[in-house]
Amino acid sequence: MPIPWGIIAKPGTTRKNKTGSWRTYRPVVDLEKCTSCGTCELFCPEGIIVIEKPEKYKTDYDFCKGCGICAEVCPYEALEMEMEVK
Amino acid sequence: MPRNLLAPGHTACAGCGQALAARLVVNAAGPDIIVTNATGCLEVFTSLSPMSSWEVPWIHSLFENSAAIASGIEVALKALGKSGEVKVLAFGGDGGTADIGLQALSGMIERGHDVLYVCYDNEAYMNTGVQRSGLTPMFARTTTSPSGKVWWGNFRPKKDMPAIVAANGASYVATASVAYPRDLMKKVKKALTFEGPKYIQIHVPCPLGWVHEPSLTPRIAKLAVETGLYPLFEMENGKITRVRKVKNPKPITEYLKLQKRFRHLFKPGGEKEIEILQEIANENLRRYGISDSFAQVREEKEEEMKKFTLEELEKFDGRDGKPAYIAYKGKVYDVTESSLWEQGEHEGVHFAGTDLTEGMEDAPHLEDVLEGFPIVGELEGEGE
Amino acid sequence: MKKVVEGSKGVAEAVKLCRPQVIAAYPITPQTHITENLAQFVADGELKAEYVHAESEHSAASIVLGASAAGVRAYTATSSQGLILMAEVLFNIAGMRLPIVLTCVNRALSAPINIWNDQQDSFAVRDAGFIQLYAETNQEAADTHIQAFKVAEHKDVQIPVMVAMDGYILSHSYEPLEIPSLKEVDGFLPPRKAPFKLDPKSPLSFGVMGPPTHYMETRYHLHQDLKNAKEVVKEVDKEFGEVFGRSYGIVENYFADDAEVVFVSLGSVVGTIREVVDTLRNEGKKVGCLKIRLYRPFPSDEVREMLEDKKKVLVVEKDISLGATGGLYSDLVTSLYGLPKVPSIYGFIVGLGGRDITTQTVLKIIEESEKPAQADKFIDLDEEIVKLSPLAERRS
Repeated sequence: MPIPWGIIAKPGTTRKNKTGSWRTYRPVVDLEKCTSCGTCELFCPEGIIVIEKPEKYKTDYDFCKGCGICAEVCPYEALEMEMEVK
Repeated sequence: MPRNLLAPGHTACAGCGQALAARLVVNAAGPDIIVTNATGCLEVFTSLSPMSSWEVPWIHSLFENSAAIASGIEVALKALGKSGEVKVLAFGGDGGTADIGLQALSGMIERGHDVLYVCYDNEAYMNTGVQRSGLTPMFARTTTSPSGKVWWGNFRPKKDMPAIVAANGASYVATASVAYPRDLMKKVKKALTFEGPKYIQIHVPCPLGWVHEPSLTPRIAKLAVETGLYPLFEMENGKITRVRKVKNPKPITEYLKLQKRFRHLFKPGGEKEIEILQEIANENLRRYGISDSFAQVREEKEEEMKKFTLEELEKFDGRDGKPAYIAYKGKVYDVTESSLWEQGEHEGVHFAGTDLTEGMEDAPHLEDVLEGFPIVGELEGEGE
Repeated sequence: MKKVVEGSKGVAEAVKLCRPQVIAAYPITPQTHITENLAQFVADGELKAEYVHAESEHSAASIVLGASAAGVRAYTATSSQGLILMAEVLFNIAGMRLPIVLTCVNRALSAPINIWNDQQDSFAVRDAGFIQLYAETNQEAADTHIQAFKVAEHKDVQIPVMVAMDGYILSHSYEPLEIPSLKEVDGFLPPRKAPFKLDPKSPLSFGVMGPPTHYMETRYHLHQDLKNAKEVVKEVDKEFGEVFGRSYGIVENYFADDAEVVFVSLGSVVGTIREVVDTLRNEGKKVGCLKIRLYRPFPSDEVREMLEDKKKVLVVEKDISLGATGGLYSDLVTSLYGLPKVPSIYGFIVGLGGRDITTQTVLKIIEESEKPAQADKFIDLDEEIVKLSPLAERRS
């Protein structure tokens, strides 16, 4: 019997659900201020911020819900929440 | 190996503390785990068929049996000879852990299963619409403990789950907070080095249920710790081994005012309730040794006042290193630190160790100059 | 090898032979002797299983659920209150297609509290999605457990099985039983190979939410698979017969072919009915008995085939859906509905709370069958006690 449909799901399949459509504000980075400290990466509830030193802040706008936590926790105030313009 | 063992695309609210915590926990635990999850927010927002956010094996059964399912998986791994390779984690919310899930958790601990139980404490039954649970703090507003003409919100204190779990026999118990993500991850890794049942309770703010800005989740979590309301500590085999100290605890009003679930306490009449909460926080500071100083929202209660007779007061004349006390309108003030009271003398006119109530009438200043000086007692026999 | 053993021990021996890897249970009379015997086997190293002392039946069922999801063979046993307490988990186990085996040692339900036998407990959870098999004798009880694991784990089934056996009457009575050898059972029942399980090497998420867009299809799948499992039960029973020399079928026809009046029943009471059938046939009366062994899925086709041209069908059961009729009665009426010639169907409620059923009881049922059919006739009521309650005048 194959995997019973509807009761068991395959891993990581929520990636099909692009929650980026939820947001009103989007985080925008000031690359001059960003030091790649990784604080935002740690605190993002979606886990979509990627800091690979020495590269700077990078996020996946397909999933970013615009919660603003990254901007709030950044010790260097390198992130601003700007109104999403479609 | 994907970067995160909890994939995005889940339907948690923006700014959800629990989503953040869960990601940190599974990332810290690594891919060789099996996770059981009680019914609740985390389960619902990560597993809407046919999708799942979990990159590790995961099972949701019912509301109250996460610990029992985990027990079954743990013994199955034993039977398969895989106990060393694969770790079992059991997740539950505050309701699914402290209320309906308490029996299964207790049984799991009593039988000594090698399982790490993680309680995501957002202090109410959030998934069903913010109803009160056994871990809802005193005076918090929930839909089943609203504030109104007769109630001030929830009227019972938080159940002390870490103490219950430790008494039950867990080898490692810790509280953690999304305010300190690295600390949380360290605790998860550390817990997994212990054998037997272990428990971590994570404080996770809920923007929807606590009613606050989503971006403030980490800040509010931090204030909970800095006020003493949510002590962060570790216990090993029933004894507290580490406590996160706070140098200058903040008054709880700073924590309360950011969340609408406590807004009713700022109405007239709510001061008594705020005081009770402050006392709960202070009691935590004392009990866990978090701080030696205590934040106060009001002056100390009169019953605790030390009583001075005039004779006793005379001793505190500020000379030769003695403290300088003066009495005014029945209260005794410590003015030692004041630059205007050198060696117990004030402007050459007044002396420490005396009652200066009458002297204030002729003073070129008002009585408000005494504000800020600690009150160390009461003058016996005086009114007011 | 034939041994005189208590029914419970016979079941424990049979379960032991099936090599369960995880056993979890909570004590409740009259299941206790099964789990106590299993504990002794584990304590003596005769059975290599993880034995978990669950802190309640709800957790016992949850523990076997978790173990089964992790890919091992898991077993539990309970009765009455315990079965009802774990009812929530039973639906969950079946819904998640986990092949555990559960022994229900039939006992009456509280209130009033009663530790003796009737079939209310297993009937109360017949909707849960478990395959249900009812044992008439201790030998059948032991043998059915061995068959149960094979049926549950069959690649086209993957549905949990409940083996029901009457408390005290079977569990606590001593009979000579044929206990198979480990070699024979190993040959008949290979180790479990779970087609899907919790394993970090191949992660899956179990128990996801089924929204209105496809919950119904999932239930339809289970319903169809449960109905189709009937054929697998037949096959496994036939194969069991070939290996061990004993087979029971899913129903049994006891002189029903030429009978005008046929008893229909399940469990140990069938044994008493057989005796009465023998006696009456000696007197020239055309009676017979249809024994139901597989209750879920309900064997409608077989029932229809055997009963369609009978004059009277006398359903005898130890349960009642309060306010309506017995469960077997309603399933039977449903099966026979629409036939060109529907028999007169009588519903008899017997033996609730351990009320003894003798051949006299069965003869009384024959007497009652001379009267018009009633759907919910309680037999052997003590009229004096019936009159004691204040509402006695209002009752028929």
